[in-house]
Amino acid sequence: MTILANSNQPKSNDNDLITAVIDGIAVRVPKGTLAIRAAEMLGIEIPRFCDHPALSPVAACRMCLVEIEGMPKPQPSCAITLTEGMQVKTQNSSQVASSAQEGVMEFLLLNHPLDCPTCDKGGECPLQNQAMSNGRADSRFEGTKRNFQKAININAQVLLDRERCVSCARCTRFADEIAGDPSLELLERGAKQQVGVADDQPFESYYSGNTVQICPVGALTSAAYRFRARPFDLVSSESVCEHCASGCSLRTDSRRGKVLRRLAGDDSEVNEEWNCDKGRFAFRHLMQDRITTPLVREHGELRPASWPEAIRYAAEGLRNQRAAVLAGGRLTLEDAYAYSRFARVALGTNNVDFRNRTASSEEQDFLTNHVAGTGLGVTYQDLEDAQVVVVIGFEPEEESPIIMLRLRKAVRNKTLKVIAIDSANSLGFKKLNADLRLTKPGNESAAISELIKDLQDQNSIILVGERLASSHGAFSATVAVAEKVGARIGWVPRRAGERAAVDAGLLPNLLPAGRKVFEPRDREVVASAWGVSVEHIPTKPGLTQLEIISSAVQGEIDAIVTAGVDINDVANHAAFAAALNKTFVVSLENRASSVIEFADVVLPVGAITERAGTFVDWEGRLRTFDAVMQESLALTDARVLHLIAIELGHTFKDDAKVTSLRSSYSSLGAVSKPGTMNLVAASTTKTGLVLAGWHHLLDNGSLQAGEPHLAATARAVVAKVSSETAQANGLISGNRVIVRSKLGAITLPLEISEVAPETIWLPLNSEGSSVAMQLQIDIGAEVSVSDGGAI
Amino acid sequence: MVEIPQVIRAFGTTFLNMFKKPITEQYPEEKHLYPPKPRFHGRHQLNRYADGLEKCIGCELCAWACPADAIYVEGEENTDEERFSPGERFGKVYQINYLRCIMCGLCIEACPTRALTMTNEFELADDERGKLIYEKSDLLAPLLPGMAPAPHSMVEGFTDRDYYSGKVTGATPKQIEEAGN
Ligand code: SF4
Ligand code: SF4
Ligand code: SF4
Ligand code: SF4
Ligand code: FES
Repeated sequence: MTILANSNQPKSNDNDLITAVIDGIAVRVPKGTLAIRAAEMLGIEIPRFCDHPALSPVAACRMCLVEIEGMPKPQPSCAITLTEGMQVKTQNSSQVASSAQEGVMEFLLLNHPLDCPTCDKGGECPLQNQAMSNGRADSRFEGTKRNFQKAININAQVLLDRERCVSCARCTRFADEIAGDPSLELLERGAKQQVGVADDQPFESYYSGNTVQICPVGALTSAAYRFRARPFDLVSSESVCEHCASGCSLRTDSRRGKVLRRLAGDDSEVNEEWNCDKGRFAFRHLMQDRITTPLVREHGELRPASWPEAIRYAAEGLRNQRAAVLAGGRLTLEDAYAYSRFARVALGTNNVDFRNRTASSEEQDFLTNHVAGTGLGVTYQDLEDAQVVVVIGFEPEEESPIIMLRLRKAVRNKTLKVIAIDSANSLGFKKLNADLRLTKPGNESAAISELIKDLQDQNSIILVGERLASSHGAFSATVAVAEKVGARIGWVPRRAGERAAVDAGLLPNLLPAGRKVFEPRDREVVASAWGVSVEHIPTKPGLTQLEIISSAVQGEIDAIVTAGVDINDVANHAAFAAALNKTFVVSLENRASSVIEFADVVLPVGAITERAGTFVDWEGRLRTFDAVMQESLALTDARVLHLIAIELGHTFKDDAKVTSLRSSYSSLGAVSKPGTMNLVAASTTKTGLVLAGWHHLLDNGSLQAGEPHLAATARAVVAKVSSETAQANGLISGNRVIVRSKLGAITLPLEISEVAPETIWLPLNSEGSSVAMQLQIDIGAEVSVSDGGAI
Repeated sequence: MVEIPQVIRAFGTTFLNMFKKPITEQYPEEKHLYPPKPRFHGRHQLNRYADGLEKCIGCELCAWACPADAIYVEGEENTDEERFSPGERFGKVYQINYLRCIMCGLCIEACPTRALTMTNEFELADDERGKLIYEKSDLLAPLLPGMAPAPHSMVEGFTDRDYYSGKVTGATPKQIEEAGN
């Protein structure tokens, strides 16, 4: 029996072992081990409902009763810690235990409705199974069962059927102990006992789907999966979440080639056994607006074409052109590697960038020297073991929710202190009890330099987010502080593919695995891994995404290859559109996107369920997965690029299959020590009101399209300022506020909150607040505000 | 003894049979064995309650029981605007593949709502595979007098339990009006 690293099992320590006897078998376990865990180690299964290895024991359901020598009555094995010489008899060896369990089961079923045919849990239900294995054959109850109104919403996504609840308190303990959103409670007593939420306050949690997964009966179900299938219809595949850099392992259940639900996978090193609601419920994008055939533009219109025609067309458009690659942040490692190679060898250019977001050259320098090719760095376990974790420009709950859970676990254990340097307070920071240093965007570097006194002589870790790219000098200050106090740095991007893109060298100065374009030795190593001569790797410095866009507008770039980028993600989207308009655009997409209207060739690639690959999570951990739809014929980006490369007359050592790219990449090894970053000083502090913000976990992101129930659980979209800022600018709490840049305006309800001085905080891409699209500026830019009147 | 040539002996058999009563079945023009015995396992039927609401709740227990994997069901949630069966759940897609079905009747035993029964209809031949996958519309029981076609609401004041215990006797004017729209 594997024991979860996160379980309520104490860590073993040889001096502290005790011997107990279960069903006549002696077992040596660490002191403090629960009887039920020790039985698991012996392969003895004790029926249970409320017991969960990651939650504290409550002994609420009494299903796990066992006989313990010397104790007058049967005891719940999920809450009894073993002592030296304890004699435990389970239902396997004790009539007392077995009839106690039968009795408990009979009581549990008294009020349990005969819902199995309509209940989503039917077929995978611990209550069904244990009623068969540990219950009486028939019921003696002849009364009327208790009635509640059928399923009620505890939030827009999760429904509660109180008749089915066995009051195990797993959901309420999860909400309280793990998620820290304790609005789910057990109410009333006796037969009326029920789970509930306050009338005016739904269960607002980014992790609410986990309660559905751990409910041992069908009392909690999700609107997205309700009544869709039975377990025997489903093909379950292990997969990895494509939404963020947390890297959750998932279980994807599909029926007849359609994904019907996703569950959190069990990975004690990463997501333990939780995930967020986005990863769980946002999967319809895999099936929506799919492009099914290649398209080429003829007389200004896109028309379907055959693969050979489209490949030839793309190759002709790219041949001997001044080209660039905009790869976006959602690629697998293998695909990113293929883009990196395609740009260098087939297009002969270093014009390649994945940062379809705010980016800076300082960030690029940081990524080159401290991230690229460094392999597994700071891990989740390291966060848990640290004494201080500083998060800068990174709101863990909104931007990488599993990091939030891990930090909270350590904070609850009172072993960790979290310091946050950010522009506004948030629910996540509050749940982490963070020492928040409110910082006006642009001033981060000063706040970072002050960390030295907090981190001296501490086992500390600094997590920096992608938002830091908008703050001049912040990366430099972080590196300087970390070096001084010996802290380790973790870079947490928001998108799932960004770390892989860095590792694959999708930056103008980088080759795969941290190798550098300007190092002759690095070029040689990479060329030999690719099976091309070293002259094929260009030495001319490449352009970043910003530079590519402006060069294209000026007519200095003729052709652009894009990989599922959305032009509306960046503030300069007007220029981006103009650039695409002027150039020959080859777009590799799996669904309709904002680039398609500019594309000259659209080449459809497989969605993440249709191919194998590897995501690299923020730790640098490889998250390899297989195709969910094994029978899919869809191509990977890498294969499509390979076909174009062949058409252009280039061949490589391998065939661009996922496995060969993977081994080609790993043959390059990891970089041994970080490089030296060019530290820059912070620019002078901005005066006047500036924009701050981050992305809500649930927002208008294109991968969340078509999920109405999920969208309805998103957080309220409001602008936030401090009361001083409100006063200084004549803003009134509860009224609307109009935020203006030179190019546009956003009007939102105003909330007075803890926000840095001279700062207005906006969600970056929520309904009615798309900063890139509407204001066309980045965070840190100056804005003006005015009162927008009562709502 | 004079040997009778084989050929003539053979024709003798032919000749004799000319005077026997033919036993050829003139199927399908004449149906001597029709209807079959009441317990004959024929084509399935998805039954309705007396007011026309469907009995099937889309639970897939029939599909689960089927040894030939002949049944495909997709459930869906009833809403107040569009109700096909009493209770929360109904069968949105219901298919039986008669190229697979072995007419064993296990599905009938599995059905918790008596939605699925078998008729005596045995003429299940066709000239195309696709036509032998019967859809819900092919399997639904015909509307008898007093029934209104789903979707419509439940009889006012009745719960799904009342339906199950047979308390519903026919469509109310309100249901008929809803079904008419
Ligand atoms: S709803 Fe489910 S998880 Fe919550 S107490 Fe009831 S049975 Fe347990
Ligand atoms: S935390 Fe990130 S990786 Fe995990 S399920 Fe959510 S979006 Fe996916
Ligand atoms: S009669 Fe038998 S084979 Fe035919 S659908 Fe029912 S269970 Fe399947
Ligand atoms: S016919 Fe019966 S067993 Fe089959 S899905 Fe409908 S209710 Fe369930
Ligand atoms: S599992 Fe032990 S009391 Fe519930």
